Amino acid sequence: MRPADLVHFASTALVRHRLRSLLSLLGVAIGVAAVVMLTALGEGARRYVTGQFASLGSNLVILIPGKNETTGSFPGVGGVPNDLTLEDARALERGMRQLSALAPVLIGNETVAHRERRRQVVVLGSTHELLRIRGLSMASGRFLPPGDIARGGQVIVLGAKVEDELFPNQNAIGRVVRIGDWRMRVIGVLEARGTQVGLNMDDLVLVPVATGMRMFNRTSLFRILLKTTTYSDVDGTCPRAVAILTERHDEEDVTCITQESIVSSLSSILTVLTLALGGVAAISLSVAGIGIMNLMLVSVSERTAEVGLLKAVGAGNPQILAVFLVEAILLATGGGLLGLLFGWAAVRALVMTFPAFPASAPLWATAAAFGLSVLIGAIFGVLPARRAARLDPVAALAGR
Amino acid sequence: MIKLERVYRTYMMGGQPLHALNDVSETIEAGDYVAVMGPSGSGKSTLLNIMGCLDRPSSGSYRLEGQDVGALSDAELSQIRRHKLGFVFQTFHLVPRLSAAENVAFPMVFAGVPRAERLERVGVALEAVGLRQRAEHRPSELSGGECQRVAIARATVMRPRVLLADEPTGNLDSVAGRQVMEVIEHMNAEGLTLVVVTHDPAIASRAERVVVMADGRIERRVTGADLANRAPAIVVPEAAR
Ligand SMILES: Nc1ncnc2c1ncn2[C@@H]1O[C@H](COP(=O)(O)OP(=O)(O)OP(=O)(O)O)[C@@H](O)[C@H]1O
Ligand SMILES: [Mg+2]
Repeated sequence: MRPADLVHFASTALVRHRLRSLLSLLGVAIGVAAVVMLTALGEGARRYVTGQFASLGSNLVILIPGKNETTGSFPGVGGVPNDLTLEDARALERGMRQLSALAPVLIGNETVAHRERRRQVVVLGSTHELLRIRGLSMASGRFLPPGDIARGGQVIVLGAKVEDELFPNQNAIGRVVRIGDWRMRVIGVLEARGTQVGLNMDDLVLVPVATGMRMFNRTSLFRILLKTTTYSDVDGTCPRAVAILTERHDEEDVTCITQESIVSSLSSILTVLTLALGGVAAISLSVAGIGIMNLMLVSVSERTAEVGLLKAVGAGNPQILAVFLVEAILLATGGGLLGLLFGWAAVRALVMTFPAFPASAPLWATAAAFGLSVLIGAIFGVLPARRAARLDPVAALAGR
Repeated sequence: MIKLERVYRTYMMGGQPLHALNDVSETIEAGDYVAVMGPSGSGKSTLLNIMGCLDRPSSGSYRLEGQDVGALSDAELSQIRRHKLGFVFQTFHLVPRLSAAENVAFPMVFAGVPRAERLERVGVALEAVGLRQRAEHRPSELSGGECQRVAIARATVMRPRVLLADEPTGNLDSVAGRQVMEVIEHMNAEGLTLVVVTHDPAIASRAERVVVMADGRIERRVTGADLANRAPAIVVPEAAR
C-alpha cells in the first residue's frame, strides 16, 4: 500500500465524521496551545528578569566576604570569614586599573525620624560612585559627596518614598533627620524608580559608608561593587580582585561574582520553570490522547464490517493496523497544527496587550509540543488499531 | 482448483460441539459453476467462508490449486484472498463514504497497484458490470442491483480465479437479481470459477452442479438441469419455508 493512498483512505474516514473528528482534534489543539502559551509565559518571565539585571550593566562585578562555594548556601551566610573592610576597598581602588567605578556597600536597618514622623527603613552605606554603578538619578540636591572612602560625614540621601513620608509637601534638602542617635543633614533626594533587583530604591536612605560602619558598629562591609570600563574587562576582574584581597588576608576568603553569572544562573532557573510549565501543559495532551483513543475505538466498532471487507479483499493485518493508526495520527497532527496556531495567536495577543512583558514561546517547546501531539496519536491509536487488525474476518463481516 | 477432504467446522456451544460442517468433501474444477443450496443454518455460508480462506477448517484438508491452505499463516492467507479469490455478499459491503469507482479500486489500493493503472482497471471492471456512468456515485445513490454490480466489479478487479458469492441476489428483486446473475455467469463463461450460495431454485438451476446441504453435511449433488425439472422434490426444506 502506498503512503499517499494510506493517508487518503484514512482521511476519508475522518472527513465522514467531521464534527466528532474536529472535537477530538480540538482536545489535542488545546493541549498544544497550552504548551505554547505557558512556555511563552515562562520564557517571557526569564527575559523580563534577565533584562532587569542587564539594565544594571553587564560589566558589574560583586565581591562578597566569605568563601562559600561548597556549602551552596549564600555567600556570607554561615562561617566566620575575615572582614571585608574599607581598607580592602581602598587597596582594590589602588591595585586595579580598568575600573570605572568602585563602591563599598553596607546594609542596615534603622528608624529615620523627622520630628514626630518616623519610618523603619533600609540604610545603605556607600560612596559617591554608587550613583553611577546603580544608574541612579537625583530628584533634588546631590548624591553622597565624592572623595576618600573613609571620610564619613553626617549627611544623608533619602529615597523618594522616605522623603514623602517624612516631609510631606516640604523641601527636605538641608533639613536634619535622626537615625537612631545620629543626626544627619539631608543633602539629596533620589528620583523614584521602584524596585531594582529586589531592593526598593524608593524606601531606603543612603549614608556615607564610613558613617554607616560606625552607626551599625560594623567591622565588615556587606559587599564591594566594581564596574569595569569595558565589557571585555569583566573576565579578568574577578581573579585580580580576589588575588589582591587574598594577599591582604593571607587566605582566599572572598567570593567574586559577575553580574553575568547571576543573570545566567537566574536564566537557567527560569528555563527550568518554563520546562515545568510546559510539562504540566503536556499532561493535558495525554488527556487529549485518551479522547483520540476513545474516538478510534468507536470508529473501529462502527466499522467492523468494513474491517471484515478489508480482510476479505486481502488487506493484511499490518495494513489494517496502519489504516487505523494513520487515522489517529492524522487527527493528532491536525490537532497539533491547530494548537500551534491557537498558541501563537494567544501569545501575539498577549504581547500586544502587555508590550513590556516579552512573552515568546521558545522554539524547542513549540517543536516538542507538536512532536508530542503526533506521538500521542501514535501511542493512543495503537490499541484501537490492533483491535481492528485482530478481528476475525467472518465475525467482522457479520458485523460482530 | 478447490479440493475439500473430510472437512469439519466445529463450534463449541455451551460445552457441546456443534458441527457447522460435518465431514464435507467436495472438489470444484477450474471454470466450474456450482450452486450451494440448503435450509437456513445448514452450513452454506460456513462452507463458502472456508473455501474463501476467511475461516479455517477445524479438521480435514483444503487444497486450493494444489496448495494446502490449512498450513498457511494469516499473512499468506490474506495474499491468497487478495490474488485468487473474490467475494460477493448478500449485503454488498460497499464502503458508504467512497464512490463506486473508489469502492472498486479498494482491493487494488491495498495491493499497492499504482494509481494510473487503478483508474484504468476500475474503468474496465465497471464497464464489465455496465456501470461506467455510475462511477462517481456513492452507494446511497445507487439501487440495490447497481450496488451488487459494483461489488462484483470490486470482487473481480484483482482478476481472481474463484468468485464466491453468498446469496448475491438475496436482497434484490427478481429483475435486479437476474441482471446480477447474468453478469457473473458471463464472467464464468470467460473462465472464472463460480460458487454461489442461493435459496432460489431458479438461480441454482442455472448452475452446472448443485450441492444441497443439510445439517452441515452435503446431502446430495444434482445437476442444474435436474433441479430445473424436479425442483420441489429436491429442495424440500425450501418448499416448507
Ligand atoms: N460463530 C459461530 N458460533 C457458533 N455457531 C455458529 C457460528 N457461525 C455459524 N454457526 C452455526 O453454524 C451453523 C451453520 O451456519 P451458516 O451461517 O453456515 O448457515 P447458512 O447455511 O449460511 O444459513 P443461512 O441460510 O441462514 O445463511 C448454524 O447452525 C449456525 O448457528
Ligand atoms: Mg448464510
